[in-house]
Formats: sequence, structure tokens, C-alpha cells
Amino acid sequence: MAVVFKKTKGLTDAQTHYCPGCTHGIVHRLVGEVLEELGVLDKAIGVAPVGCSVLAYKYFNCDMHEAAHGRAPAVATGIKRVRPDNFVFTYQGDGDLASIGTAEIVHAAHRGEKISTIFINNAIYGMTGGQMAPTTLVGQKATTAPNGRDEAHCGKPIKMSELLATIDGAKFVERVTVTTPANVRKAKKAIKECFKLQLEGKGFGIVEVLSTCPTNWGYTPQEALKWLEENMIPYYPLGNFRKPEEVE
Amino acid sequence: MAKAKVRGKVTFQEDICKGCGLCVSACPVNIISLDNEKINAKGYHPATIEDMDECIGCASCATMCPDVVITVERL
Repeated sequence: MAVVFKKTKGLTDAQTHYCPGCTHGIVHRLVGEVLEELGVLDKAIGVAPVGCSVLAYKYFNCDMHEAAHGRAPAVATGIKRVRPDNFVFTYQGDGDLASIGTAEIVHAAHRGEKISTIFINNAIYGMTGGQMAPTTLVGQKATTAPNGRDEAHCGKPIKMSELLATIDGAKFVERVTVTTPANVRKAKKAIKECFKLQLEGKGFGIVEVLSTCPTNWGYTPQEALKWLEENMIPYYPLGNFRKPEEVE
Repeated sequence: MAKAKVRGKVTFQEDICKGCGLCVSACPVNIISLDNEKINAKGYHPATIEDMDECIGCASCATMCPDVVITVERL
């Protein structure tokens, strides 16, 4: 009898605090699996954000650091420059990376910092109770937009991957999702490619993962995946926006 | 129904299951269900399989599980 799937060594035994059906858990596992498969668990340093994944430092089985809201890329920059032989990644949500931390991520990419970023985009502020995020879709309801996001008042949602792909320093930019087993495998492939880029010393890489927030969206986990596929993917198209060979 | 050629065995770590049901909808042979008779340590109905003979060991359930509850073996 051969074991075809078991828990990765990249995660600790701690049980996550995430709501049932939250896709943070899937992405945590993928990051853990990739760190283990690349053999960098002993030299990886992760930077946790503020948001639902604020406790990520308890879940990844490698050295972790906590950053102030949105400042994970700045903290990761410092760590990487002092310890260039370590593997440094940030794990951030959309309320962190696409809002208060926009300056940090844009300039870390612009400087071509040799760090990797996992960006969870679930189009809402999860931890604080479902407020509208810069990534909230037009018409999508949030506690601070009870009638749905109004484009005339708030503008359209920000597309971080497209934005970062215009920056020369960003060598790898890809948007994936985790709605089906096939999409989960594609997401893992993208994360692995992104992490390898850093190990090869090529520069900044980011993987944006379209995720669900069943609790704040007000759906069951299954309905949330369906809502993501029907509403988020048309606005946030999946795919690679930048690869190292295109840059060179 | 003819039994699948490849057989699998799925083990759930029931106590840490949050009963989200993502494995239920991911299973291509529809053998996973939430056990409404049981409540686990977390207070959820954990995922379970009654007819393990139908399992094809594809690991789709484990791939979708956000809480790494599932271990999959192939016979």
C-alpha cells in the first residue's frame, strides 16, 4: 500500500483558526509542500501579514517573522539583504498587500528584491468583519458597502498582478485559484516556479491566489467557490503575466 | 457496478475536520459525506466514507481539504 497523499513537513501540527472551507488552508499547505519539495525548510524565513493569516507564523514549519500591516515586503527586504543565503517569502492578503501595503509591494518589486510573495485575494477584509477592500468587485456587498460597491464612488477594484507586471523588477507574476483539484495543482506549480526564481537569484516573484471568504461573503464553502468562478475570474483573469524569459 | 481497477483508502483525522464539505464536492465517485450522526471535538459533523471499496485513490479530497485532515493510500 503506497501513501499518495499525507501532510507535508512544511506545516506544523497546529490546527488553523480559519473558518470552515476557507481556502487559506489549501494555500498554506501548498506553500508548505513546495518548501519541503525544494528542500528549503531549514533556510526559509516567512513574513506573516496582518489580516486573517496574521497567525501564519504558527502554521509554517520554518522560521517566521511578523510584520506591521502591509509592511511584510519591507521586513522581507531587510531580512533578505542581511541574510541573502536564506529563502525569504511573504504571505499577504488583499487588505494587507493591495491596500495599506501597496507602496511596500510596489517598491519591493520595483527594486527587484529577491523575495517571493504569496498574495491571497478574496475581495474582502476577512478578519475585521467583511469590510470593502480595494479588491471588492463592483456591486459586491460588504459591511461598509451594504448596497454593493459603487463604481462612481469607489472606483473599480485594483488588479495587483496586472499592475505589478508593468514593473521591470518583478520577474514572475501569475494569478491562480484553488477552486478545483486541477486548479490547486496549477497553483502549486506556479508557487514552485515563483520560489525557484528566488533560489536562482533572479529577482522578485509574486503569485496571486483568488480565494474565498465563505463567512463574510455569506455563502457555504461550495457556493463561495462557485461565486468566485462566476464573478471573480471574469474580472481577475487567471494566467501568467510575467516570466523571467520574457523579461530578459 | 464494476469495481474500479485502482483502489484507494482514505483516512480522515476526524477530530480536526471542520465539516466544510469541500472534499464531498471534490470526490469524483461521490462516496464522501458529512456524518450527521457524529459531532467531533471541534463541534462539527466530520467527513466520512462508508463504501471505501469504491475509492479510486485519486486524492482529490485531500487536494481540496483546507485542514489537511486526509491521508490517501493506493492499494
